[in-house]
Amino acid sequence: MQWNSVGDFFAMGGYALYVWGSFGACALLMIAEPFLARRRLSEARRLLARERLADELDLQQKNP
Amino acid sequence: MRQSIVHWFKFASPQSFYPLAGRMIPWFWAAAAIFGIAGLWISFFVAPTDAQQGEGYRIIFVHVPASWMSMFIYLVMAFWAGLGLALNTRVSGMMAQALAPTGALMAALSLLTGALWGKPMWGAWWVWDARLTSELILFFLYLGFMALQAAIDDPRRADKAGAILALVGVVNIPIIYFSVKWWNTLHQGSTINLNKAPSMAQTMLWGMMLMALAFWMYSIAMALMRVRAIILERERHTEWVKHAVE
Amino acid sequence: MNALLATVRRDILLALRRKSEVLTAVFFFVIVTSLFPLGIGPEPVLLKKIAPGILWVAALLATLLGLPRLFAADHVDGTLEQMALSPSSLGLLVAGKILAHWLLCGLPLVLLAPVLGLQFDLDASALGILTLALLLGTPLLSLIGAIGAALTLGVRGGGVLLALLVLPLYIPALIFGAGAVEAHIAGLGAGGHLSLLAAMLALAVFFAPWATTAALRIALE
Repeated sequence: MQWNSVGDFFAMGGYALYVWGSFGACALLMIAEPFLARRRLSEARRLLARERLADELDLQQKNP
Repeated sequence: MRQSIVHWFKFASPQSFYPLAGRMIPWFWAAAAIFGIAGLWISFFVAPTDAQQGEGYRIIFVHVPASWMSMFIYLVMAFWAGLGLALNTRVSGMMAQALAPTGALMAALSLLTGALWGKPMWGAWWVWDARLTSELILFFLYLGFMALQAAIDDPRRADKAGAILALVGVVNIPIIYFSVKWWNTLHQGSTINLNKAPSMAQTMLWGMMLMALAFWMYSIAMALMRVRAIILERERHTEWVKHAVE
Repeated sequence: MNALLATVRRDILLALRRKSEVLTAVFFFVIVTSLFPLGIGPEPVLLKKIAPGILWVAALLATLLGLPRLFAADHVDGTLEQMALSPSSLGLLVAGKILAHWLLCGLPLVLLAPVLGLQFDLDASALGILTLALLLGTPLLSLIGAIGAALTLGVRGGGVLLALLVLPLYIPALIFGAGAVEAHIAGLGAGGHLSLLAAMLALAVFFAPWATTAALRIALE
């Protein structure tokens, strides 16, 4: 362990902006991407559910 | 033997691949988390301070895995695309399409972290170094692939056109890399090699490997998530999809 | 082989009836190269240094300008489908179309380049190398561009998309083409660059018509 204090750790020997910028950017984008993919999936599901509902309503109207 | 081949081909249909992908995703997320935590632990608490670059070198632990993955994903994408073209399997094309955004993200991360590394080490956000330049071109290739697929409405045609583009890209990548390297050595002056770490400690290598594994697992999980969405979007009008989404 | 020559002849005849389309690309080349000194300043040393790059980038863009038309007209009037069904192989006809495109869009650039190079104070031997590099490079641009043109045939926003697909693939040609002239000016000899350019051309002659044909068949499905 080469860090004497928490402040030392966050200072990154003067490279804080660059090191935390890099790791932060990676973390941010790699959290955002699954979130977006999940939203796309649920959007597709929602659309399908709506279509099925429409089909069922159609069916009900044809033979009440 | 024959039975096992048949068994594998079964998963080439979207209908059986959709639930399989759903079952695999949590495992890949778990693997990504485990490797990621171990990798981050090594990158920040085990790997020693570099003699020349101080703590700034720690960017290597995300920069190099992102660069590796960006190149590797392009190869995998071209493989799926080629397979789809050769065997006419539907899932292959969808996999290629699902991989592209993650590959582009990796290329973007590689460029971003490269810039953040370059600023303290070279004093400039961007240097026309051979690796950075090739990475930028790879990013353009991803953008082209995604733009082409987005522009074609018929998914089958989009898959096939994308496949040809991906294969042409794969043939070109070595030529591009070689030409950029040649160009770089001809125009001396900015040839500081970013990844040349002559005395890379064993622990640094371990950290990099673990982070690369984490990125790899993450990419697989992402591709599977996205391919599920693509399957639902494309197979919207089939019977099985209507029953799959209860 | 006859089919190939017949296609070349036909495409050239068609293009000569609509001269403006061919001339547009050529004028574009001339105007773009002339704009750079106006934007940068008339200093001869600087202009001489950037001349190869400017002429090459302008040639890339001028080639790109003619590409969307490579298959579009034949696609719209159904000729392309007839070609796909004809007894002679589609690959040969496509090769003919690419050759015609080069003769119409590439060759004029090669012939004009030495004249435009004079604007940049290039000496006679550098102009010779520039012309030679373009002579090897412009067919390469037509060949690679044809793949992009076939892929984007009839697609939304085809022209811009074509640029996005093709320009990254043009980078090696740009590097070796412009590099040949720069190396010559620097006294290093342009042989290596030119032979690499020729090797890429040989590779493209072999693969590009094939990939273009595959892309066209997909577009025609």
